[in-house]
Amino acid sequence: MDWAAHLVIAPILLPLLTGAALLLIDERRHVLKAGLNVASTIALMLVAIVLLDFANTPTASNTAATSVYLLGNWPAPFGIVLVLDRLAALMLVLTSMLAVAAIVYSLARWHRSGPHFHTLFQLLLMGVNGAFLTGDLFNLFVFFEVMLASSYGLMLHGSGQARVKAGLHYIVVNLAASSLFLIGVAMIYGVTGTLNMADLALRIGAVPASDRMLLDAGAGILGIAFLVKAGMWPLGFWLPTAYNAAAAPVAAIFAILSKVGVYVLLRLSPLLFGVEAGASSGFGDSWLLVGGMATIAFGAIGVLASQAKGRLAGYYILISSGTMLASIGIANVSATAGALYYMVSSTLAISAFFLLIELIDRVQDPSAGVLAITLDAYGEDIEEEEAEEEIGVAIPATLAILGVSFAACGLLLAGLPPLSGFIGKFAILTALLNPEGLTEGGSLSPATWAFVTLLVLSGLAAMISLTRAGIQAFWAPIEGIVPRVLLMEIAPIAFLLSLCVGLTIFGGPVMRYMDQTAQSLHVPQTYIRDVMTAPRVEATAPAAPKVTP
Amino acid sequence: MELVLSIGIGVLIGSGVWLLFRPRTYQLIIGLSLIAYGVNLFIFSMGRLKVAAPPVLTSSAAVNPADYADPIPQALVLTAIVIGFATTALFLVVLLVSRGLTGSDHVDGREPS
Repeated sequence: MDWAAHLVIAPILLPLLTGAALLLIDERRHVLKAGLNVASTIALMLVAIVLLDFANTPTASNTAATSVYLLGNWPAPFGIVLVLDRLAALMLVLTSMLAVAAIVYSLARWHRSGPHFHTLFQLLLMGVNGAFLTGDLFNLFVFFEVMLASSYGLMLHGSGQARVKAGLHYIVVNLAASSLFLIGVAMIYGVTGTLNMADLALRIGAVPASDRMLLDAGAGILGIAFLVKAGMWPLGFWLPTAYNAAAAPVAAIFAILSKVGVYVLLRLSPLLFGVEAGASSGFGDSWLLVGGMATIAFGAIGVLASQAKGRLAGYYILISSGTMLASIGIANVSATAGALYYMVSSTLAISAFFLLIELIDRVQDPSAGVLAITLDAYGEDIEEEEAEEEIGVAIPATLAILGVSFAACGLLLAGLPPLSGFIGKFAILTALLNPEGLTEGGSLSPATWAFVTLLVLSGLAAMISLTRAGIQAFWAPIEGIVPRVLLMEIAPIAFLLSLCVGLTIFGGPVMRYMDQTAQSLHVPQTYIRDVMTAPRVEATAPAAPKVTP
Repeated sequence: MELVLSIGIGVLIGSGVWLLFRPRTYQLIIGLSLIAYGVNLFIFSMGRLKVAAPPVLTSSAAVNPADYADPIPQALVLTAIVIGFATTALFLVVLLVSRGLTGSDHVDGREPS
């Protein structure tokens, strides 16, 4: 086994080791801690990109582009496996990019406003990456808990009454969801006798009719745990409050957490309840479709009703989750491909938006809320901002830059051309309206029409709310000094937005990748075969025993 | 034994859910703990109930699996207990912080008027 094969486990080991090492360093040496954290996160991003390349280029020995890593060298259904396929690699890259942006942003001041920020951040990454890589239901639970435990800590980062209150609700909801997770996993194990996802997919078709109900109940309970995480209506009321209360860089990385729930559904729904599943085939799809649409509607009403920009961003997460869930419920390859593209684009945009709104709020009202906590951080910061502004210039550069970023976020979130938000939505809509490919005739179900309408209306709602927020922030009279925005605060936003621009420019290759991903999700036979037949590493022959005379 | 176990799980989870809907943080944490106990017993029961059957094979010769208890749910329960314990402890800290910051043990941080 060469180094490349071992790289699969790096996205879990690297944050774990870095997090552990950071714990040992004294809290006062924050420059060292921050440096280590940034270095590790950037290394993680490079690893993720290399893994994406692996997953995308089938080698001679590995035609399906699925790398399986047998932990402890036990064969697949018995031991624990890590599986890297296109979807997992895509999620890893997305996570690491958000992580880089969030950590760089936090260096401006947030990382000093509470203990163990860097450790928790790395452990969160470990949990998220593990959840994406694991091929085993119980390990998924363990990584979920690692992720949630560190997210509890990060949620409370910076302290304050609002955060503790929102954090309390967040923790209770997620602990209850974890219990549901365990019940679901246990029921599925009780019926099928396996926890390995690929093995499960093979056995589900053969479950006797008498156990079918138990299996469906287990899968439903398990699904609810993920839907709570994804924020499906009516399970997602905690989400806008919690994300609004979290510190800006924390909220930016939390944007991926709701996608972890979506990811698991995207992975399990076609794998376990595809065509092969016999009587259970298509289980839960209509629930996902209806629930997803309800989530979009709830999110759209939410964005229209929200005044605070933090809540606004929380409701965009709901709209994004709802769109994903409904697209999974459609269970169509091209809809899934469009949804994947949409997910990457919307997650990047929401993350950038979370970072941006803090800066905008600072421009709008320098003495308000969040700023009051660390107002003193302004004066003593050594890092200089991008340009010295003249006080009183009509539209200072800071405002111009923030305005452009805001407009870009708006285009992305509302799904207007020319940016990638439009392409994602367009891909989903095309798939919905032409479920059989581009052919004439055919009829659409009322549910599909409803989804199309909601998708368009949610874009309109996003547009209206963002226009209102933009007018309030940028055209309202500005009193006093425009505060300084540090370069390292605007750079992560620019990074995330330029990724979206990149997604737009390289729309063709990206969309092809998404298509292949969706193909392998909906036709999981190669995934199952690769996992089940993953070769063990042969033990190197022990040295021949010395013959003693 | 099946009856006792099912009633036990039901009572634990039922009380836990009831407590979870109460407004005081202390009730929440007790509720979550009870649910965790119920869930742990439930996972255990999913390996089927067997009396006096070892979970670990002692010889490498061919054996009848029916003579042995399923070890996987037992391993899962151990993991779940550890994780549940840790998260409960973490929640306890948050609960105390909330109590300290707001002076109220209501989940919303203030007494309902």
